[in-house]
Amino acid sequence: MTVIHDRQSNPAAGDEDRPIGYGRIQRKEDPRFVRGKGHYLDDIVLPGMLHGAILRAPVAHARLVSIDTTNALAHPKVVAVITGKDLLGLKLAWAPTLSADVQAVLVTDKVRFQGQEVAFVVAEDRYAARDALELIDVEYDVLPPLVDARKALDADAPVIRDEIEGRTDNRIFDWEMGDKAETDAVFAAADVVVSQEVVYPRVHPAPMETCGAVADFDAVNGKLTLYETTQAPHAHRTLFAIVAGIPEHKIRIVSPDIGGGFGNKVGIYPGYILAVVGSIVSGRPVKWVEDRSENLMSTSFARDYIMQGEIAATRDGKILALRTHVLADHGAFNATAQPTKNPAGFFSIFTGSYDLAAAHCSVTGVYTNKAPGGVAYACSFRVTEAVYLVERMVDILARKLDMDPAELRLKNFIKPEQFPYANKTGWVYDSGNYEAAMRLSMQLAGYEDLRREQAEKRERGELMGIGVSFFTEVVGAGPRKHFDIVGLGMADGAELRVHPTGKAVVRISVQSQGQGHETTFAQIVAEELGIPPEDIEVVHGDTDQTPFGLGTYGSRSTPVSGGAVALVARKVREKAKLIAGAMLETRPEDLEWEKGRWFVKGDPSVGKTMAEIAMGAHGTIALPEGVDGNLDAEVTYDPPNLTFPFGAYICVVDIDPGTGEVKVRRFIAVDDCGTRINPMIIEGQVHGGLTDGVGMALMEIIEFDEDGNCLAGSFMDYLIPTAMEVPDWETGFTVTPSPHHPIGAKGIGESATVGSPPAIVNAVVDALAPFGVTHMDMPCTPARVWAAMQGRARPPI
Amino acid sequence: MQIPAPFDYVRATTVENALELLARYGPDSRVVAGGHSLLPMMKLRLSRPEWLIDINDLYELDFILRDGNKLRVGALTRHTTLLESEEVAGLFPIVRDAERVIADPVVRNRGTIGGSLCQADPAEDLSTVCGVLGAEAVIRGPGGERILSMSEFHRGPYETAVGHDELLCELRFGIRPRSGSAYEKVERRVGDWAVGAAGAAVTLAADGTVDDAAVGLTALGLDHPLAGAAAVLRGRHPDEELFAEAGRLAAEACDPVADQRGPVDYKRHLADELTQRVLRRACARAAQMQEG
Ligand SMILES: Cc1cc2nc3c(=O)[nH]c(=O)nc-3n(C[C@H](O)[C@H](O)[C@H](O)COP(=O)(O)OP(=O)(O)OC[C@H]3O[C@@H](n4cnc5c(N)ncnc54)[C@H](O)[C@@H]3O)c2cc1C
Repeated sequence: MTVIHDRQSNPAAGDEDRPIGYGRIQRKEDPRFVRGKGHYLDDIVLPGMLHGAILRAPVAHARLVSIDTTNALAHPKVVAVITGKDLLGLKLAWAPTLSADVQAVLVTDKVRFQGQEVAFVVAEDRYAARDALELIDVEYDVLPPLVDARKALDADAPVIRDEIEGRTDNRIFDWEMGDKAETDAVFAAADVVVSQEVVYPRVHPAPMETCGAVADFDAVNGKLTLYETTQAPHAHRTLFAIVAGIPEHKIRIVSPDIGGGFGNKVGIYPGYILAVVGSIVSGRPVKWVEDRSENLMSTSFARDYIMQGEIAATRDGKILALRTHVLADHGAFNATAQPTKNPAGFFSIFTGSYDLAAAHCSVTGVYTNKAPGGVAYACSFRVTEAVYLVERMVDILARKLDMDPAELRLKNFIKPEQFPYANKTGWVYDSGNYEAAMRLSMQLAGYEDLRREQAEKRERGELMGIGVSFFTEVVGAGPRKHFDIVGLGMADGAELRVHPTGKAVVRISVQSQGQGHETTFAQIVAEELGIPPEDIEVVHGDTDQTPFGLGTYGSRSTPVSGGAVALVARKVREKAKLIAGAMLETRPEDLEWEKGRWFVKGDPSVGKTMAEIAMGAHGTIALPEGVDGNLDAEVTYDPPNLTFPFGAYICVVDIDPGTGEVKVRRFIAVDDCGTRINPMIIEGQVHGGLTDGVGMALMEIIEFDEDGNCLAGSFMDYLIPTAMEVPDWETGFTVTPSPHHPIGAKGIGESATVGSPPAIVNAVVDALAPFGVTHMDMPCTPARVWAAMQGRARPPI
Repeated sequence: MQIPAPFDYVRATTVENALELLARYGPDSRVVAGGHSLLPMMKLRLSRPEWLIDINDLYELDFILRDGNKLRVGALTRHTTLLESEEVAGLFPIVRDAERVIADPVVRNRGTIGGSLCQADPAEDLSTVCGVLGAEAVIRGPGGERILSMSEFHRGPYETAVGHDELLCELRFGIRPRSGSAYEKVERRVGDWAVGAAGAAVTLAADGTVDDAAVGLTALGLDHPLAGAAAVLRGRHPDEELFAEAGRLAAEACDPVADQRGPVDYKRHLADELTQRVLRRACARAAQMQEG
């Protein structure tokens, strides 16, 4: 294990103490955020701007009989009312999703989920737009809804997508990975097999800022400027060109400061398209911003996987194989954001961190009368579900074998010398040292002492649980030849310009929703060129200003865009070498690099700093053959593989035996994301993800009643954790660089969201061991925990 | 942004003025105090008053006052004020117990005791608190002032004796020696409404036996303090057996409904468990007061 110590920096100290490159520095974006000077979508006000509001379906499944907009149009402030019929005329009633399906922009034939978009009002102000929704008369012919995914494939289930020619059932896809025969053979011969249904309920990313758009179509020059809450501006531009038929060079997508994304802002929502239609129809800019209920009820949910897990092992605890069948509820339209070839995202990483002889998974995706979406909420394309499954199964196996869950994991980890490691479902893990991370986590936790304390408490009837989880993430999609979204290869570009005075601007294709890109990407350039981070401007979120690339989600910014930025800086460094050679009248081969400066080998006093070279590049000296007069470069980075961050988490809970309330007392998170660019930002990402994990494990769920009514349409019903529910996070780290990434970095954005729910649930189940509980599904609310204590644990769906 | 239906707004200057405005604008007008129940309902368009009469300038209704053997609390007293009052905590520890778990600081800074009691949400905590403390509600209307017991005031979920043209002005709490009280709530998360909660107030006789006692439940389908609790507890020494008996009584008397917070069996269990806990604590506090 290489443990490098963070380069500490005192923010109060002078510039000379601040790291030029990697290290702990405060975020460049924070001054504007903490002073309330961020510029979010709803802060955008354009001259003459109108406001849109969406009428949504009150029921989950119904035939649309009629819409009467007369009264709404009569409202003095209403400018236009758009219905599905209008969109049919424009060929915009249906839009392609990110998963080769289509989604209704406005209902034309049938409502397919509660909250679905039915009509769009454009008015002089937001209040009038909202009031006018009540003036639209809609007649529905209510149909029986399909709510329970387990019944989606029953012969008598209502067919939700009957508009698709020849469709007679609700099956979206069947997909499998791994060798079934081989796996079955290993299972048949194994000493011990345990099986368990493990449910990952539907949850919601619930970003602080809801989704919205301001569309500004200039009828004179035919240019559409679309301000959107999007994590992927370039992909959106291409899709808008394809969907709306507007030439791509006449579309500019701007993604301003975004109040969180978590995957919720990857797809294109009907509201964005409607804002564009509204602007084209009215000839004025149109703003549409959804409210909290609309966000929770209609935008991309996450998870909703019912997983039948099975694990096979020898009697002495060697894990042999895993197999699972998953029923995936995708809602009314298959609108998950995922690479084309992966209908279940990266779920096939469910073999986790263990060296297995065989593995097989199959996933069946179904339609139900629920909001569409699927891959969202910091899940690295379904790694969250995969890790949760394997980490629950390993714990259940440990109980069955009467082994300590940490010991069982240590016994089965992939060994450091096995990397690069090809697992049984087609992934090649780049690097890892799992045992080191696990041991560090146990040491930080005081694992042995915790187990002793638990034994004493059990004697007294107190319920204390210790949960362990170990995860391997797979992030940074990815090599173009394997990964694309609707045909767009998942590469990212970067452009770097060093101005004559040695200050620089780097333009990137990914978009920050709070990850701190403006800081870390400046630090990457700083590390490569020796220009201080504060002298480097990071430009992102505007397709007219940045190179093409697929955007920020799936923890791909550092693995892909970060690679691009390092490479573009190196390209500039090489160019600087040639120019320095000309300036020093030396052959470039005779120059040596130290951070920020090329100097003559053997004579360090003779050299040129980056600022001097930049001035030289733009000045009057004769440049070498083939070198043009600037210090700029651009690259597009197509990563050779994904990166595989990992971590070892330990959670301690106390449960009130009388009420079932769970208190997370301690949480120890050891993460390994390879090279650490800014440890403070890494810790921030981990803290946020762990908090997400507490939410999902203990309280979050989007539930529906039998009529398909969404029961989580506000923050009173959809609970997200606060500072009161989370402990003082204890973080640690190891560093195992990625061998193929330009700077050895892996992603960190989603590690904690992926790794923490199993640690918490494992702790809860561990605490309930005296009651004979071997499994309970999330969320571990007081009522559900109490039911488990009574031997009545039930899946939430 | 959630947008309420159109409404007009007026600020009352005095209690008299507020009553006039209520009379003038009739049944489509609503008093707004902290606004933390009314405004969310208006934003969801579940409530659509045409006139909002703002009573936040009625400082005459924002007070905590010891008056002989009564504690008088103005209807416009904020949750935060109640939470932080040492006098209230000393006399009626149940109030601080409850206020600590009502909503969050932002809501508590604005929400009022009057608004809470008039809203009478079935999961609202102060109705139970006032119920077990045997508070009196002072109401003023066109016909003058009326003083009601909590059982007259509180009629059930979302229903009180306050007429449309009336204003709740004050709550009065009787101060008794050798008394203790307690409240405990189970919530899914800080700031959430109760899955279930219980409150108890106990007065001990000089010999340490129970002289008087009241037990109330929140969000568990019991509108008024548990009938017969006093009869069962009176004259007996507070011990585990007694608490268990009271818990059983509460579980039998309650009538919870299943919802996202939990099924009926769990809520019934909470009625039992929490009743025992609050009685245990209330008796301990009463005994301490006796000693002190
Ligand atoms: C997020 C959130 C969480 C909450 N959690 C809890 C909780 O856990 N427990 C709990 O008990 N409460 C909770 N509440 C409610 C909170 O305590 C409210 O403040 C309270 O219920 C209402 O008080 P208010 O002053 O805000 O009343 P308002 O909203 O202003 O008024 C409520 C109703 O009472 C009427 N009214 C108000 N004052 C008077 C008066 N003096 N005379 C006659 N009528 C009057 C109004 O016309 C209205 O109908 C929560 C609220 C929120 C927003």
